Amino acid sequence: MTAASLRNVVCHGAGGVTTKSIWLNEHIGHPNPVMVVNEHYMLNAVGLPDAGIEKAKLEMSKYMTNKPAPVIASIVAGRADDFAEVAAQVSKLRPDIIEVNISCPNVEDELGKPFACSRVDAAMVTSIVRKMTRIPVVVKLSPNVANIVEIARACVDAGADGICAINTVGPGMMIDLETREPVLANKVGGVSGPAIKPIAIKAVYDIHKALPGTPIIGTGGVMTGEDAIEMIMAGATLVGVGTAVYYRDVACFGLIAKEMVAWGKAHGIKKIGDLRGTAVKG
Amino acid sequence: MRDVPKVIKIKKVIVETPFVKTFIFEHKLGAQPGQFVNLWLPRIDEKPMSVAYCDAKEFWVTMFAVGPFSKKMHTLKAGDLVGVRGPYGHGFSFKKGQRLVMMAGGYGAAPLYNLTVQAVKAGCKIDFVIGARSKEHLLYLSRIKKLKNVKLHITTDDGSVGLKGYNTQVLEKLLAEVGGKMPAPPVKGARGAKAGKSGAKGAVKSKKIDCIYTCGPEMMMKKISDMCWSAKVSAQISIERYMKCGFGVCGQCCVDESGERMCTEGPVVDNARARKITEFGKYHRDSVGKISPF
Repeated sequence: MTAASLRNVVCHGAGGVTTKSIWLNEHIGHPNPVMVVNEHYMLNAVGLPDAGIEKAKLEMSKYMTNKPAPVIASIVAGRADDFAEVAAQVSKLRPDIIEVNISCPNVEDELGKPFACSRVDAAMVTSIVRKMTRIPVVVKLSPNVANIVEIARACVDAGADGICAINTVGPGMMIDLETREPVLANKVGGVSGPAIKPIAIKAVYDIHKALPGTPIIGTGGVMTGEDAIEMIMAGATLVGVGTAVYYRDVACFGLIAKEMVAWGKAHGIKKIGDLRGTAVKG
Repeated sequence: MRDVPKVIKIKKVIVETPFVKTFIFEHKLGAQPGQFVNLWLPRIDEKPMSVAYCDAKEFWVTMFAVGPFSKKMHTLKAGDLVGVRGPYGHGFSFKKGQRLVMMAGGYGAAPLYNLTVQAVKAGCKIDFVIGARSKEHLLYLSRIKKLKNVKLHITTDDGSVGLKGYNTQVLEKLLAEVGGKMPAPPVKGARGAKAGKSGAKGAVKSKKIDCIYTCGPEMMMKKISDMCWSAKVSAQISIERYMKCGFGVCGQCCVDESGERMCTEGPVVDNARARKITEFGKYHRDSVGKISPF
């Protein structure tokens, strides 16, 4: 995670940025290949490489000097105690939001089932982070569960200010026919990109319906301005974009914003907020 | 939109030196000089590698046996399978009929050979300056010698072949010949003096140098960047950074302070851009993003 890379994204039209997930200590990611992509989806098992909180402090403070746009600091840990420590330290850097990443599907070999797969674990981590900071806390959830609403509710009850939905789907696998080997070195990786948008839309819709007072960062398969509008109609307060960088390059942020404005104008929308959750009725 | 390794057979392996082999793949890669490919060996690794030659039928990758991946590659023979994806990145550019200088440091000769072949076809005249630690680390000499309109200059740190000293000493001379404003050459005992006297003997004659290209150790490239800047001669520099995905998504190879991705906006950047990369010639980052000085 570097300040320069965050600033570069803002230069290309992002309204705000989420850092790579920050660990308490240095964390080595997975070996290559870490990514494969086709026209429908991306599989990634980058494995959350990070230099740890001490290095992140330097980069974050460089970003915070003349901060060009709001920043969400994403934190990750394998143990509850580490979440407490990294939350306390990140909090001192004054990010706008702390995102608690409890749902990465490609570090299971290392960490076991993500906390986001259990209501009890998700609530436990949320309350630990909550106690450590007054900064708004958003918990990033996994779609790979029987009932995401139940987990979202548990997080909100434990003190989360908002929910981020969804992390990558799966994990999935791609096998090369010639070598008969999984292509990713980690064998499995989270699925993102256009194919997962319907899953993300439904998750956001369900969470918004059940918890209408809870802000939601809607993310998953957003490639265009119309995708972002769809996410807002499902109930998103903010819209996250990641894999679109592959399909439309780093310019995607500005393009998506422009397309949203064009759609809004064509449909006589005065305020984007007026669209939020409009698909959720009854 | 598809970035999945395509597994193909090695067509031929050429032993270049005791440490270096060239792998030839029959595959229409369509790489521009300066671009790279990701090569994959299942259960070993996937690595970005410069393309040393590319035409409509085949491409070459030249590799020093240095780590687990390249050592494994060195055990492979014709018919063995390797995953290939790419080409990736922004490559070198030139115009027809220009006078160019290649500044290769060690194994940086391979991508510059590819550029030279293409530039010669376009009627360019070229000084190819190659520097290495010693004779056994020089690459591609006989291939370069075969090219028309190319003058080869060799320097070695130990003087085992060519001029004893650095390739930048030859560049000083070349720039001086075309009237580039150069600071006084640094005196480095016998090394500097020797190269200074005869460094650019028989150089390609032309009024001016249109562009200087460099690939090799970063401190050498930084020196060349500075020399070209003060001489007001254009330069293109291949800046290597630790890469993971290779196609602009993971953010691993973003440089300070511009945040540009060296796998996408690079690896080749023009000198004006290189000089805005504040970490150029100072530091790079490892696999977790920790700073490591040169």
